[in-house]
This record gives sequence, structure tokens and C-alpha cells, in this order.
Amino acid sequence: MNEGLMKNGSFWMPSQASTFAPGIDVLYDFIFWLSVVLFVGIFVVTAYFIIKYRRKTDDQLAVAQIIHNDALELTWTLIPLGLVMLLFVWGFNSYLGMTVPPSDAMDIKVTSKKWNWQFDYPEKKITTFGDLTVPVDTPIRLVMSSQDVIHSFFVPNLRIKQDSMPNRYTTVWFQATKVGRFQIFCAEYCGDAHSDMLGNLIVLSKKDYEKWLDNGGPSTAGMSLTDLGQRVYQTQCSACHSIDNSPKTGPTFKGLYGKLTQTSAGAVKADENYLRESIVDPMAKIVTGYPAGMITFAGILKDREIDGVIEYIKTLK
Amino acid sequence: MTTAKPNYLNSPKGILSWIFTLDHKRIGLMYLVAIAISFALGGFFALLVRLELLNPGKLFLTSQQYNQSFTLHGAIMIFLFLIPSIPASLANFVLPLQLGAKDVAFPRLNLWSFYLYVIGAAICLYSMFAGAADTGWTFYTPYSTTTTTSVISLVLGAFVLGFSSIFTGLNFMVTIHTLRPPGMSWFRMPLFLWSIYATALIQVLATPVLGITLLLLIVERVAKIGIFDPTLGGDPVLFQHFFWFYSHPAVYIMILPAMGVISEIIPTFCRKNIFGYKYIAFSSVAIALLGFLVWGHHMYISGQSQFAALIFSLITFLVSIPSGIKVFNWIATMYKGSIQLKSPFLYCLAFLFLFCIGGFTGVVLGTISLDVHLQDTYFVVAHFHYVMVGGTLMAFIAGLHYWWPKMFGKMYNERAAVIAWGLIFVGFNVLFFFQYILGTKGMPRRYYNYLPEFQALNIVSTVGSWILAAGLFLMLGYLIHSLLKGKPAPQNPWGGLTLEWKADSPPITENFEEIHIVTGGPYEYPAATKSAH
Repeated sequence: MNEGLMKNGSFWMPSQASTFAPGIDVLYDFIFWLSVVLFVGIFVVTAYFIIKYRRKTDDQLAVAQIIHNDALELTWTLIPLGLVMLLFVWGFNSYLGMTVPPSDAMDIKVTSKKWNWQFDYPEKKITTFGDLTVPVDTPIRLVMSSQDVIHSFFVPNLRIKQDSMPNRYTTVWFQATKVGRFQIFCAEYCGDAHSDMLGNLIVLSKKDYEKWLDNGGPSTAGMSLTDLGQRVYQTQCSACHSIDNSPKTGPTFKGLYGKLTQTSAGAVKADENYLRESIVDPMAKIVTGYPAGMITFAGILKDREIDGVIEYIKTLK
Repeated sequence: MTTAKPNYLNSPKGILSWIFTLDHKRIGLMYLVAIAISFALGGFFALLVRLELLNPGKLFLTSQQYNQSFTLHGAIMIFLFLIPSIPASLANFVLPLQLGAKDVAFPRLNLWSFYLYVIGAAICLYSMFAGAADTGWTFYTPYSTTTTTSVISLVLGAFVLGFSSIFTGLNFMVTIHTLRPPGMSWFRMPLFLWSIYATALIQVLATPVLGITLLLLIVERVAKIGIFDPTLGGDPVLFQHFFWFYSHPAVYIMILPAMGVISEIIPTFCRKNIFGYKYIAFSSVAIALLGFLVWGHHMYISGQSQFAALIFSLITFLVSIPSGIKVFNWIATMYKGSIQLKSPFLYCLAFLFLFCIGGFTGVVLGTISLDVHLQDTYFVVAHFHYVMVGGTLMAFIAGLHYWWPKMFGKMYNERAAVIAWGLIFVGFNVLFFFQYILGTKGMPRRYYNYLPEFQALNIVSTVGSWILAAGLFLMLGYLIHSLLKGKPAPQNPWGGLTLEWKADSPPITENFEEIHIVTGGPYEYPAATKSAH
């Protein structure tokens, strides 16, 4: 389970898990309380005027016609101006800290596509989907790009967000301060499964991270095909295909194996070859009633992973 | 049986006399009806969206239907309601009256602008049934150039609506320049006219950019010429720059007229001359000008240069100052007044309250490093609804109640109006306040599915939408009742001093029987005690 956003942290903010978070929260609290003071001030005065100068008889005139006071105008122009300039400098300073990564930051490549996150660890040739595993207390620089539309990488606990664009690299960096699991969202609207384009940030202690690296990332060697398939399903397929008959962008996997399916190329029995073809060449036969929206997983999934997905689908009767 | 005195509503008669009317009052009324229908439609989609969000996952809409619903809600509310709301309906009616004029400068252009609105609305309506777009009202590329839904028709609708807006702005600008009555210098104009003038500046200067952008989008989709889509060699960030170059100033097209309405109503119900006339007038112009230079604050995390972000943040903070000046001056106007808490004034108070919350949270979002966390979350959703609904809609309703007796010659039930005001005010806050917390906690916007821990506040928000809807339905009810059975309105029910209150209720077709000569400011109310200014 990821760390809860609502129940942990302050009244407003989720718990802090990066070096930026405390500073951001102090700035937020400062503006919040400043606003509360001004707001209450404004409306106490308004309420006072409304009560004190309320019209009691129909012919009651204004007590006096006071129509301008330049000193007052200057006051309520210059004081707010000074305050917002303070906020501007403060906000920009902390933003600079967020945009300039330390030179020793560790690079991880992030690739976004409809609708999942892919993380590549260049030095170790490890690729993961959905889960971003990082060591604690280490600056990490994410180099991001998108394979299709714009997505946005958002981790509330870190207080970072950055759009991931097609045909251009964007970067964001952070240093996690807390071991744990945190929610990753896609924050830029990207279509049907936008709200299911989730991921997990897994922050490990430095020792555990070394171990994780030595094992070559998420270990799959000893896994049964079905378990491997379930894992691949969760990171790659679940945004669009349900396993309980509930409607999503694509057809459900429940009861799919062996079913006679109407497709753009006629009726097909969903056997191993059809399932494999649908994974590597999804446009070949499109199930009637569903959009032609799937991308190919050729080159993304290894053969054993495709085998696993097919075995997993077989278990969903 | 008494024969009604001839007025613009009953003479000339016949449906053709309405279809081909050049009377600004009739055109304003037709706009009012059209805008009310659009608002109802946009509100219907809002209720659908809120209902679906009662639980994570599916309640009754598929994800695509949900995405289409919020797209239509946004597009309809922005292009068909908020932008034309006050200028095209209320100002169309009031502006020539406040000038003591017979009509706007170009009555035919005014009618054409109305029909462009109808054509644009019809295209948007067609789009709803032709595979409604699912891009969000922002049409971000490359999503909008690659989705299979009917983006082109909705974009075309917005394109046509843009011209309607340009023509209205142009018309009002020329009218204010040329048709002021003898004695009405610029600084003797009602402040509503200043705000409409500032609005017109933006309509005329910014809207063409939207037109060009939307046209380029259509060209890219149809002819596959790479402008915004990177797979064709285009640049998606360019689209965002173009889009917000219009759509940020458009926010001021929505809020400036609202501020103008507030500046009219507060003096009348306080029997006070407005405090700081010139400061309010010039802050309208300042907002209009600075508003052109802040579009990049929608794009802090889009990958634009950090130097650009710096400049945009700075100017964003500056543009908050004139709004603050207005608020302070409005409140100072109440000082030593004779304050009557009638429904138009109550809506002004609601405006002040909600607009201030929207403004303060706008300052939070203008702060770059906070915006990184809050961008694209429910915090932003709550913020712009506080400004657009809490600001523009409240002022629109305030103005509607203020000028209703003038428009229709009928009074409405004040008691019902106060109850509706209470429902709308409470419902609005229940609906949107908790979205601020959802946002700071990290719930992204445009989410069909959400984490179970966000459900409680989403339920509260949805219940709020029902309270708000109940208040609006009650309002519709007593306004219709007023048309059918309302008491006849006197010429000047609130004791206003601007020229529209010197016309009959409802006015005659020519507005006035004589030319009014203006000899002083618009709000020169007497005082009980003689004191120096």
C-alpha cells in the first residue's frame, strides 16, 4: 500500500517525502495565514459597515459622501504590492532550487505513453513499468519524454510535477527523505485511462537499493508464468482491460480465453495465437465495439512475459 | 381592459419584428434567453460529472462519456455562457441606456453578432451528437489532433463564437466613443461602461489569436500539416502559448464586466457616491493590459524556459493588485452609506466573499514553486470556479436582478430571491471549498477514477452541486413567476442615478423621449450631513 495522502501530513498537504517538501509547505502556510488575516480583516470591516450603516427608514440618506482619499489608495496599493513581491521572490527562489539538479544526481529515464510509466536505469540495464524504485537521500534526476500525447509526472509527497512531452526531453529532480511507497499520478489529461495511469514510487534504504540492483531489478526469474503474467497485467494492461467484466477502454480479460470473438476481421476464437497477435499487432483484428486505440507491445514485452500474460488470461474464467 | 403603454416589448408586434430587430434591448433579451439555455446545458453536464464522481470507478458513465461530459461542460460554460454572459446580454441592454442613446453604434452588426452566436452554438450542439470531443475545453495538442472524437466541429463552433465576441466588443467600443450624451466626459461615465470598454479592448485584440489557433488546429487535423503535432514536425508547446495568449485574457473578458456590475450596484444600495472612481476605472484598464502578459502562468511545468516562468510569475502578481484596489474601494464605498440588503446587493456581497477566496488562492497559484505542486489538481479547479462562478456568475445574477425591473417592467418576489441566494451561496461553497483540500492533498483534475481515500470529500462536493442546482431552479421559478404575475415595476425601483433609470420600465423602443444632458458624475447621491469631500 502506498502512503495515504489524506490521512497523513498536515491539514492541507500530504506527508513530506522530499527535500523540497518542507520549504514548499512553509511557503504555502505563510500565504494561507496571510490570506486568512486579510480575508477576515476585509469581512469584519464589511460586516461592521453593513450593520452600522444599515438603512432603517426608506428615506435615510448616506451619513456623509466621502469619495476619495489618495493616502488610503496608496496604502492599499503599496502594502499588497510589497507582499506579493515578497511572495514572488520567495516562490521563484524555491523554484530555482527545484529546477537545478546537483551535478552528482543519478539519471533515470522516464518514458510515458498511454497509459503507463516506464523507467529505465541506464547503468544497470534495468527497465521497470509502473514502479519507480530509488534509494533514499540520493539526488535523482528524471529525464522524461512521451511516446504519444503529453503526460505529467506527479508525486504529491515529493511536491514535484513535470510534463512529459513527445519529441522533447524535460527533466525534474528530487531527493527522497523517507523510505516507503508513494503514489505517482499522471496529471496531464491524456484520454480514456488518464486516471488509471498510476505508478508507485518505492524509496528503499541505500542498502536495500543495492540489493535490488544486484538482483537485476524486480526479480522475475523464479516466478511461475501465471505470476509473471499477473505482474505484467498490473503494470501494462490493467488501465484498459478489466479482469472482472467491468467495462474499460478495451475488452475484459475475464472469460476471454477460448471465447468466440467478433472482430474487424470476422469471428475469431481467442486462442494463444490470437492473443499473441493482439499483443504484438493490435490493429490486425479489432474487437467489435471497441476503439482501435491500443499500441503494440512488440519490443516492450519479452517473449516470456507475453507467454505469462496468456497463461494469466487462461486463469480468468 | 387597459391597453399597455407602447414599449420595446410590445411594439412592434410579431415574430418577424423580433427576428429582424435592430433594437439593442430586444437583441440583449434574445441573447439572455440563448445564454440561459446554454447555461442550463453546461450545468446539466456539470451535474453529470459530479454525479459520476460519487464513487471511484464507474457509476453510470464510461470513461469516455465522462471525458466528453467535462469537455462539453467546460466548452459550453466558457464559450457559450461566461464570455458572452454580461457583455452580450446585460450590457447590450444597459449600455445605450446608460449613455442616454437610442441604440449601439452599429445595430446591424449587433444583430449579426447575435446570429453568429446562434450559428456557433448550433455547431457546438451538432458536435455533441457527432461524437462529442473528449479533449477538455483547452484542446491541448497532440491529444486533440489524434483523438477520434469530433474535435473539428467543436473547434469550428468556438471559432465562429469568437467572431460574435469580436463584433460585440467592437460595437461597444465605438458606441462608447461616439454616442456619449452632452456633458458625459470619460470620467462622468458609469463605471460599468469603463469595464465594458476594457473588456472590448481584450475582445477585439485577443480573440483573433484564438481564431487563428483554432483554424491552425483544423488545418493540422485535416491537411496533416505539422504545426502542433510532433509526429508531423510540429510543437505542442506552441499550441499552449497560442491558446493561452487568448484564453488568459479571456478570463478578464469574463471578470471585468462582472466588476462593472458590482460598481453599479454597490453605490445604488448604499446611496453613496463610489469611493475612488478613477482608481476603479483605471484598474479596469490596467487589468485589461496586464492580462495580456501573464498567459505563461498556465505553463510553469510545460517545459517553457525558467526565465519565461520568472517574468510570467512577476506580472501575474502585479495583475492581482488592481483587483485588490477594486475590492478595497467597493468596501470603502459602504462606509457611512445607507445600506439596503436587497437581493442584487446580497449577490454583490457573495461576489466579494467568493471572489476574494478565488483571488487569494490565485496568489497561491501564481507562486511558481507552489504551482508545481498544485497545477492540474483540484486546487486549480476550485480556484477558477471561485473566480468564474463565485465572481462572474454571481455578478451576472446580481445584474440580472438589478436590471430585471427595467428589462421586463416587472418586480420579482424578493423573499424567494433571498432564499435562492442563500441556497446558491451555501451550495457553491459546499461544492467547491473542499476541492481545495482534495487539490493540496494531490488529487489530479479530469480524473474519472480516483483513489478511494478521496471519496468522502467528493461526495460532499456532489451534494453541494445539488444544493446549488436547487437554488438556481428556485431562481428560474420566481423569475418566470415575475414575468407572468409580477407587480409592475416603477421607473426607478432602487433609486439609481445613472441614466437607464430615467427611462420607462420597460423602456420605449427609442429609449428616451428627450436627450439627457449630463452635469455631474454618475453617483452623486446626497448626504444627510454636509461634509467636505
